[in-house]
Parts: sequence; structure tokens; C-alpha cells
Amino acid sequence: MRPVAVIGAGKTAFGAFPDRDLRTLSVEAGQKALHNAGVAPAQIESFYLGNFAGPAFVGQNHLAPYVSTALGIHGVPSTRIEAACASSGSAFFHAWTEVAAGVYDIVMVVGVEKMTSQTTPRVSEILAEAGDCSGEMRAGNTFASLFAMIARRHMHDFGTTREHLSAVAVKNHRAGALNPDAHMRKVITLEQAMNGKPIADPLNIYDCSLISDGAAAVILVPLDRAHEFGSKPVRVLGIAQASDYVALDQKADITTFPAVRRAGEKAFQMARVAAGDIEFAELHDCFTIAEIIALEDLGFARRGEGGPYTAAGCTGLKGARPINTSGGLKSKGHPVGATGVAQICDLVQQIRCEAGERQVARHSLGLAENLGGSGATCVVSILGAA
Amino acid sequence: MRTGTVYTETVIHSAPEAFIKDVPYQTSIVALDDGGRVTGRILGERVAIDDRVIEVEERDGVPFFRKA
Repeated sequence: MRPVAVIGAGKTAFGAFPDRDLRTLSVEAGQKALHNAGVAPAQIESFYLGNFAGPAFVGQNHLAPYVSTALGIHGVPSTRIEAACASSGSAFFHAWTEVAAGVYDIVMVVGVEKMTSQTTPRVSEILAEAGDCSGEMRAGNTFASLFAMIARRHMHDFGTTREHLSAVAVKNHRAGALNPDAHMRKVITLEQAMNGKPIADPLNIYDCSLISDGAAAVILVPLDRAHEFGSKPVRVLGIAQASDYVALDQKADITTFPAVRRAGEKAFQMARVAAGDIEFAELHDCFTIAEIIALEDLGFARRGEGGPYTAAGCTGLKGARPINTSGGLKSKGHPVGATGVAQICDLVQQIRCEAGERQVARHSLGLAENLGGSGATCVVSILGAA
Repeated sequence: MRTGTVYTETVIHSAPEAFIKDVPYQTSIVALDDGGRVTGRILGERVAIDDRVIEVEERDGVPFFRKA
């Protein structure tokens, strides 16, 4: 396999944009990435779109060529990937396989979701289709309630507390408040975070990521051609995708995500690094408990200790291992199909030392974990300075 | 009717459109005595992890349990 580099990254701000549609968001992010890479649309040899539910959210299907042609990319393979909230992480993985295998040299990935044109109950209904609609969702569950059940069991088995969950929210809002592109640039107190409007016990509104519009894009090339484009390349050192049951009640233990563990192990192996070597990470905090479990599944904290590790400040911007320096899904926002590629953009920004007030001191080796549904898909990517 | 133990549970306050009329309601993953787990709804008294439950009815393929 050939070594692969990211040579361009771009994204829209995340938020609620009533006057912007799925295509204009995608085009903005795509053009930023092309410009950042120094690549013309006609040079793109293959195009991937990560999108979860465009047909349900905005009533449009056949989305990949719908977006790529608007970017001026014509004639080449244009493919949409759907894997719930890991849609664009998976699109990134598949784009990487094409470049690594030598099928194509210049491949573009866009992730996008336009969510805010629907009411919150309707958004819940659409998101629920990422779960098992024949069982758990028919019983009235939502994504928040699935993660609430995961949190309940984690609290029961390991003594994780309400304060631990809220420490994740407070920390991610603190970083997001410094991110000009974040959806909710607001610092919250621990007291606020612990007493938000109940959503699904024990989770309240501050434990939940945001319903957002947004898009993100990256361009991949073989490392040995990266110098041709004039941008600062970032190397993909390790990447893996893994899968697991869609329904929570089929899992032996809901306090761990086997797909995260597996993708993490394979990505660490490919990158020839250990969890302890990772300097900073973007973890999929769709709900606060998900960040706590990701810390454990990836080996940053011992099993059951993700909560205390967070509460001790280890994952803050100035901590030993900063997590979600972008503000995470919690504060940056979570346009589901855009999230995986947005995490890659966030790593690229830190590695290139372009994160402004959020810049971390050690920024040469970063990891992104993108989770789909309640754990049925996971993509882990490890990026480093080229 | 099937019996089992509550593996995990939640009380839902923010529901999809089809369930708004039921809010707040409790769902649970129940470890069945005969093996396997199933996701269902809880009727009546709220339950907690490790509580014993008994299935009282099935609606549209969804099992409904009560505290035993």
C-alpha cells in the first residue's frame, strides 16, 4: 500500500442556516478544500460524499453527483457512503483505500448534512432510523435514549457519576467557545450542565450534541506526490473501519464499543504507535457518555475510568491529552454526515499549527474516532506531520 | 408470559413524533430468564437495573413489562 497524505481541508461554519441548502454548504466546503490544496476540480479523479439522510432531511437522493457536478467535477466516479453518523468517516476510509491501493491519485471527500429544516421530533425520527427499527426503535427509543441506557449501565457497573458526564460537556463547550466555526460558542458551568432539561434519564440537554447544518471536505493524494501541490501535507499514518450489531440488545456488554476497540487496534498497528503516543484527539461525543467510553475503548483511560480521567482535567485544552479541541459534536455541532470529515479537518488544523487560541502544545500526532449509530460502525484515523 | 431482569433502562422525556403522546415513558433492555435480551416498554411503576419484571402484553411486536 502507498502512504497517503491529506493536502487540503475546508469546512463551513456549523450552525442553523435557514437560507443555505445541502448543495451550497457542500460547495462551500469543497471549494475551500480545493483552494487549500491548490487543486483544480478537473484534477479530481474520484469523489466520495458522506451523507446520512439527505433523502429524509431534504428530499433529495443521488446526492454524490448532485454535489460533485456543482463543484465542477465531471465524468469521474462519484459515490455516496451512508453509515449513520460515521458516514463521512467511512467515505474518508474508502477514499484512502483507493489512493493507498493505487487506483486513483487525487481523491476528494465531502461530508454534509442539512438537518435544521425539520422539527426536532422529526429529526429524532430520522436519526432513529440509524438504530434497529424493527425492535429498539419501535419501542419508542431515540438515539438519546439508547445512549441514556448505555450511561445507566456504565454508572451501575463502574460508578460513573452525573458530574463525570457533565465534565465532558463543560470541557467541550470551553473549547468550542474559542472556535469561530462552532455552532454553540458558549461556556457553560458544571451546575448548568448538571441541571439541564431532561431528555432521557440520566441524560439532559447538555449531554446531547447539537442538531446542525454543515459540510466539510478533504483531498487525498499519495504522499510521494504531495509536494506537487504547494500546501502543507498531513500524513494518514493509520486508519481502520470496523462494525458491530446495530441493535443494542444484541450486544453482550453495552458499556464498551467493540467496533471502536477493533478499529483503534488496527489503526494503532498500521501507524506503529500506541494509545500513549497520541498527543490529542477528536472523539465522537454525540452524547457525553460516548466520549467517556471512547477514552476507555481506545486505551486513553482504563476501563471504567473515563469519567474520573475527564473530571481530573486530563482531556482539557491544557491537559495531558487534549480531547475535542474543536469543541466536539457537543459545541462545534453535529451535522451527522459532515462529522467524520470535519474531525479530519480539525486534526489537520492542529497538526499544521493553525488552531489559534485552541492550538495545543503537542500537535504532531492526532487521532479521530467517528462512531455510527450506537456503535455499529466506527472509523479511527491517525494523522501526523508529513 | 416471559420473565426477566432489567439490564438497563431510561425514562424518555423528548420523543419522536409517534410517541409524543406517551411522554414521559420508560424503556428497558430486559435480560430474559430463558436467555437473550429484548428491548421493551415498562408499564406502571418505574424500574431500575436488576429489578425483576414480567411481560404483560405485546403491541405491534413490542413487549410491555411490569415490575414483578
